[in-house]
Amino acid sequence: MSRKLVTLYTLLIVACAAMACAEPGSTTGADSGPLRAIENKGSDTLVNLALAWAEAYMNLHREISISVTGGGSGTGIAAMMNGTVDIANASREMKAEEVAAAEANGISPVEHIVARDAIAVVVNPSNPVDRLTLSQVSAIYSGQLTNWSQLGGEDRPIVLLSRESNSGTYVYFLENVIRLGRSESQLLFSPDTLLMPSSEGISVEVRQNPNAIGYDGLGYVTADQKVIALAVDAGMPYVLPSVATVNDGSYPVSRPLFMYTAGEPEGEIKEYLHWILTEGQILTGELGFVPLQ
Amino acid sequence: MHNSRWSEFAVESLIRVLGFSTVGLVALIFVFLLREGLPVLSEVALPNFLGRAWYPTFGSFGILPLVLGSVLVTVTAIAIALPLGLATAVFVREVAPGWAREILKPMIEVLAGIPSVVLGFFGMTMVAPWVRQTLGTATGLTAITGSLILTYMALPTLISVAEDALDAVPKSYRDAGLAMGATQWQTIWRVIVPAARSGIVTAAMLAMGRAIGETMAVMMVTGNAARMPTEWDALLRPVRTMTATVAAEMGEVAKGSTHYHALFAIGIVLFVITFAINMTAARAIFAKRRRGGLR
Repeated sequence: MSRKLVTLYTLLIVACAAMACAEPGSTTGADSGPLRAIENKGSDTLVNLALAWAEAYMNLHREISISVTGGGSGTGIAAMMNGTVDIANASREMKAEEVAAAEANGISPVEHIVARDAIAVVVNPSNPVDRLTLSQVSAIYSGQLTNWSQLGGEDRPIVLLSRESNSGTYVYFLENVIRLGRSESQLLFSPDTLLMPSSEGISVEVRQNPNAIGYDGLGYVTADQKVIALAVDAGMPYVLPSVATVNDGSYPVSRPLFMYTAGEPEGEIKEYLHWILTEGQILTGELGFVPLQ
Repeated sequence: MHNSRWSEFAVESLIRVLGFSTVGLVALIFVFLLREGLPVLSEVALPNFLGRAWYPTFGSFGILPLVLGSVLVTVTAIAIALPLGLATAVFVREVAPGWAREILKPMIEVLAGIPSVVLGFFGMTMVAPWVRQTLGTATGLTAITGSLILTYMALPTLISVAEDALDAVPKSYRDAGLAMGATQWQTIWRVIVPAARSGIVTAAMLAMGRAIGETMAVMMVTGNAARMPTEWDALLRPVRTMTATVAAEMGEVAKGSTHYHALFAIGIVLFVITFAINMTAARAIFAKRRRGGLR
């Protein structure tokens, strides 16, 4: 909810900024040449980061106008295949059928990893449990473990918190944590899972309720929540999410975030993507995502 | 003379057009709901749609937990609000001295103006922890938390309408009661409240219509878990209401998909329930009128 509002306001600001850029050019007839536009659309996870990049880049390059919209990874990829946007943002890889559809359209999509995102599992600070294996998290969220005492904690019921089912993070968590990445698994979130309309809802409940367990992108975790160290298996080391552990691959629940272009990027789009992968990575860290090395 | 007749005609037709357009708009909304919602019946098998599992991203569109969740939260809210509201209305109308009534009535009306998101935030940060600690539930985000917030929201409607109903009871009834030697309490309980019965039923129905359609506050405090609220302690567990489901999921759903149609189908169910509640309220009014009694 709040993420969407932020998006809306930021879009307005970008629109105003774009107009402000356009106006001096047209009135003074400066030699900056015509305004070149880049259309960027897709994942809601990425939208705030994409907006921050676009604003910073437009400040450096007055002749470029970048418009960023959300709508979801699938929406962005479809728009890129139809040729209505230059860059599609995605919090997941393109599916095989999407690639096939793009190639049938005469477009060969090119993938660019632009940032990484760790998903942190959080509990109330008063909860003595501080480490879990992925299969324990899976058993908790599918409703097989229902009491903290089964995990070495106090005798308290476990209250499951999740984002709403339309969130990309929900789908990622289901496929890679609850189903442990096994495509044949039919496990689902327990029907007792509380679906919170916002990240704020999760953090308020985790802060107040010693029974709660939640998950969210690392950028949304506040200091008053306790982050759980995760291990792939019982014998493996337990790792807390951080920039370092995501980049060396030891934290098990992290995902790359993508931008897709139709064919190899050229001209200003190529320059923009190059900037994102270099200087732009400073903003990545500031917004709570994990910058590329 | 001629002029004034013209202006009267103009005003009359304007009012007529406005009146009919209101009815027309409601009809159009219903047609729109049907057009967007009915396709779900061809896309989803009926047992699935009326089933117990709501996992819209995985092809399970069972609306039963959502309908029961809405009903549970709403009925509980009215069950709490009716005695409270009726007692307040009786106090304001029959017992309180004139000056107290002058203060209480506007204050009750101010209650109706509190935005639901503010009540939701209050519920999330104050009522939910209280429910968890006092009632010992696993989480404070439960059906009863939603009911308490809805009680608060339904009370102003209930009190105002019930008070109007008490107000419509002729003074002669009160005088007759007291002249027969009844105490004030007996007059109120045996004469005035029964005489205003249909108005009180209307008040409860209108408050229920208000409560079942409430979205934001409920979404913030009920936990939104799409589970079947069928255990004896279902009130102390989370539920997901129809309104919260539509509000939470409509923003991201692809237009024209099965999920999109299913959300509109929930809208149809909600519309039909609200319509039935309002019809019951209207019947209560008309039934009384036919008997030539009081409103």
